[in-house]
Amino acid sequence: MLLRHTPEKITDRNSLTINPAKTCQPIGAMYAALGIHGCLPHSHGSQGCCAYHRSTLTRHYKEPVMAATSAFTEGSAVFGGQANLIEAFQNIFKIYNPDIIAVHTTCLSETIGDDVGQIVRAAHDDGKIPTGKHVIHCNTPSYVGSHVTGFSNMVKGMVNYFAESSGRRNGRINIIPGWVEPSDMREIRRLVKEMGINPIIFPDTSGVLDAPQTGKHIFYPKGGTTVSDLKNTGDSRFTIALGEVASKAAGEALTAKCQVPCHTLDLPIGLEATDRFIDMISKLACVEVPGSINEERGQLVDVITDMQQYLYGKKVALFGDPDQLISLTEFLISIDMRPTHIVTGTPYKGFEERIRSITKDVVPDINIKNGQCADMFLLHQWIKNDPVDLLIGNTYGKYIARDEDIPLIRFGFPIMDRIGHTYFPSVGYKGALRLLEKILSAFMDRQDRDSKEESFELVM
Amino acid sequence: MDNVSSKNNNFNPTAVKDELLKIYPVKVLRKRSKSIVINDNEATPEIQANVRTIPGIISQRGCSYAGCKGVVLGPTRDIVNLTHGPIGCGFYSWLTRRNQTRPPTDSSENYMPYCFSTDMQENEIVFGGEKKLRMAIQEAYDLFHPKAIGIFSTCPVGLIGDDVHAVAREMSATLGINIFGFSCEGYKGVSQSAGHHIANNQLFKHVIGKNDQKHEGKFKINLLGEYNIGGDAFVIEELLKRCGITLVTTFSGNSTYDQFANSHMADLNAVMCHRSINYVADMIEKKFGIPWIKVNFIGAAATAKALRKIAAYFGDAELINRVEHVIADELEAVRLAQEDVRTRCAGKRAMLFVGGSRAHHYQELFKEIGMEVVAAGYEFGHRDDYEGRAVLPTIKVDADSRNIEELDVEADPLRYEPRRTVEQIETLTNSGMEFKDYDGLMNDMAEGSLVIDDISHSEMEQLIDIYKPSVFCAGIKEKYAVQKMGVPCKQLHSYDYGGPYAGFEGAINYYREIDRIVNSRVWALIKAPWQKYPELQACYTTA
Ligand code: SF4
Ligand code: SF4
Repeated sequence: MLLRHTPEKITDRNSLTINPAKTCQPIGAMYAALGIHGCLPHSHGSQGCCAYHRSTLTRHYKEPVMAATSAFTEGSAVFGGQANLIEAFQNIFKIYNPDIIAVHTTCLSETIGDDVGQIVRAAHDDGKIPTGKHVIHCNTPSYVGSHVTGFSNMVKGMVNYFAESSGRRNGRINIIPGWVEPSDMREIRRLVKEMGINPIIFPDTSGVLDAPQTGKHIFYPKGGTTVSDLKNTGDSRFTIALGEVASKAAGEALTAKCQVPCHTLDLPIGLEATDRFIDMISKLACVEVPGSINEERGQLVDVITDMQQYLYGKKVALFGDPDQLISLTEFLISIDMRPTHIVTGTPYKGFEERIRSITKDVVPDINIKNGQCADMFLLHQWIKNDPVDLLIGNTYGKYIARDEDIPLIRFGFPIMDRIGHTYFPSVGYKGALRLLEKILSAFMDRQDRDSKEESFELVM
Repeated sequence: MDNVSSKNNNFNPTAVKDELLKIYPVKVLRKRSKSIVINDNEATPEIQANVRTIPGIISQRGCSYAGCKGVVLGPTRDIVNLTHGPIGCGFYSWLTRRNQTRPPTDSSENYMPYCFSTDMQENEIVFGGEKKLRMAIQEAYDLFHPKAIGIFSTCPVGLIGDDVHAVAREMSATLGINIFGFSCEGYKGVSQSAGHHIANNQLFKHVIGKNDQKHEGKFKINLLGEYNIGGDAFVIEELLKRCGITLVTTFSGNSTYDQFANSHMADLNAVMCHRSINYVADMIEKKFGIPWIKVNFIGAAATAKALRKIAAYFGDAELINRVEHVIADELEAVRLAQEDVRTRCAGKRAMLFVGGSRAHHYQELFKEIGMEVVAAGYEFGHRDDYEGRAVLPTIKVDADSRNIEELDVEADPLRYEPRRTVEQIETLTNSGMEFKDYDGLMNDMAEGSLVIDDISHSEMEQLIDIYKPSVFCAGIKEKYAVQKMGVPCKQLHSYDYGGPYAGFEGAINYYREIDRIVNSRVWALIKAPWQKYPELQACYTTA
């Protein structure tokens, strides 16, 4: 037993988090910043945070993750990090020559109260930022929210610094994809293009965190949203923000700044959420949904009808990020499965209500925990008390999966022990098909493994 | 860059160094130039090490917390390691160092797969987090009833002034178990190294010497600075057992609280990773009279040497004999593997930029298969790790190191017992045994090779461009950038999820691993056939 000390009996905990279902803000900000073309993320704090964030992103994406740090020592912790940050700007522009430096804070710089916005302005005024180059920032104190909050804050920072309205509409639409994989961002672009629209997607990590092997290390790969596109977001017809937690804040900031209307939708994971996404774009942009998309949708529905018997009534436990879990839960319900236990460490007030409304007819007694002490230790205890057929969550779920002998489908962040997530989408109808394939394979492999010899099926 | 390397691959190290520095602003250039030295075997040059990392430079380094909680305490299975701080630090150090452990029974304590955190919120940052910490300790105790709880401070904890040591004392008195704190806030010192030191101090103050139980066995040693990545410690444990040597404790791979508490009952400390743990070796010697020697179980020759050194220390004919037998048993397989792998690897170039001792130890393995190490350096070494302990008296202590507590250690009034008399030590020394000594990495590197402390990303890419090594050893942050350059990268922190590499068996694993890496077909497949020709060939259909 790997988690041999996890008791079945559930006791109240208010202060001790065990095996968290979230991590800290800056890593999200770093990931978002990598979705801008020519951008070097910068961590304002001591170098340890930056090393941890780079390592974790690298383990998940299996790609170079470049980022710099202000490298605080005790002195900077006492006297403030302004000198370090300005020194860092000068060194970074000279040595690594990015178009943009995207600064996020850490617990340390937040606690001492460094005003990064002010430091950036001062650096500008003193000519420490070369012409044509940019520095943007956001605040990411880790004692508030989670990695998703940090992602959201950096995307909002992009709007704050770059969005401009020229007074002329450019006929494009903005899509804020939320915390999804490079493959998902590619898939969202493909779907929207299929509808005849050229979107501005920001951030966009496709091309950056799934770059090809060429024998050369390209420090700033081809992908990423360009500065000119980020500026143009202010002239777009409307914005679709995917995910309340990760994307809404940036969408609303853009409305406030440039009067671009924003519609917040669930992440297009699964059938119905994708339907709403396609439908919304079709209505707002006045375009007809092309036959090709109807065909993709039909294929997905076809598989669901064909494989119903393997899905019906199967119980699932889930952990991860709120935006992802909401859409995923809805998808599982739509294929007649029973989400039974759900935790997310990322605080989000609307979470429990959303999940309950999605599941109320099927699992009225669902276990949900969100926020403080909503961790995988509790999830595991719930599973011990009420076993499930499937576990869906990040790599850390493998300990529970092994101990309880439940199949695990890796979904969310971080996934450090499998590949595929960066290359194959989970969003859209194609993504739903992939999820479905994984779920079915998990159940069928199980059935093949466990069936008696006389009932071992050739055709399934 | 023509003067950097001539056509026959005789690199001009001075030109290479200039090339690495050229891109820097003047101030940075001045500082970095002292951390990049050209090895000279006659007169070991002075290297600048253990100094602050330059902001914006992109370094390999982590922080004090990582060195303390992650490296030293992480591999102990029965201490509840509780991170006091916001969630991130605890999350990132959760299982990622892959320290393996083997609890004796299915019900034995093993907290390693768990991550414990106080997950501090804004409220605690504003009003203080001691109350939450106290409650978290209570909750951990109620759930697990561990023997000991360690509390690890993160950056904001130090800033808001939570007194983790006071909380530890108080809760220890209430619960009646050993609870101790570590002031290992990330900003302390300049790298992980500060954290190692802090961990060593607290282990020494709060754990070592707490259990006087005597051991059977004639030859009792502790292994220090071995963290059981990829099962290294298992291999060494097995080897020692075959030789008849009793391992009292390993600091800290596959270790337990009680073993730490009992470690002062050994008769010799054998130190593997000098950087992370020499403090404990020194302190145990002062307090309990146990001498220490430097050993290395990475590399077949090094392993044989280490075993012989330990046997020579005890000076027992039977032990010496057994050790020789074990070595002889193993060496044939090693020789065959070396011969085979050499045919495909000899003459190839390697670089190692990692850790505080690994960048030295792993050079042995490359030499054994005929590979040349052209450049190496540490992520968080000190001058003594490069130049040898002889330079210790000349090292200037700067403000960042001065902030780390130095314990005043005295001989224990009751339990100090020199394991060897002055005469014995002298005889052993005369016969070549070096006590309390370490020669450092530079002494083992070739004339003219480059030694670089705290290498920056920019320096790394240029080095690879110039030398085109066949393999580059580093960590996860460097791995994929190096590989994108068409050069395989072997991770030496995590072993790329392979190993073990210690001992004879490990050496063979490593030879084979390097053989696979440098000779893998994929590196030749990076370019598509049509990208290999400089010009497009005339196309038939256009005619
Ligand atoms: S929680 Fe804070 S100190 Fe810890 S890694 Fe995250 S930002 Fe750094
Ligand atoms: S070998 Fe290196 S990485 Fe490992 S503990 Fe020692 S100093 Fe750290």
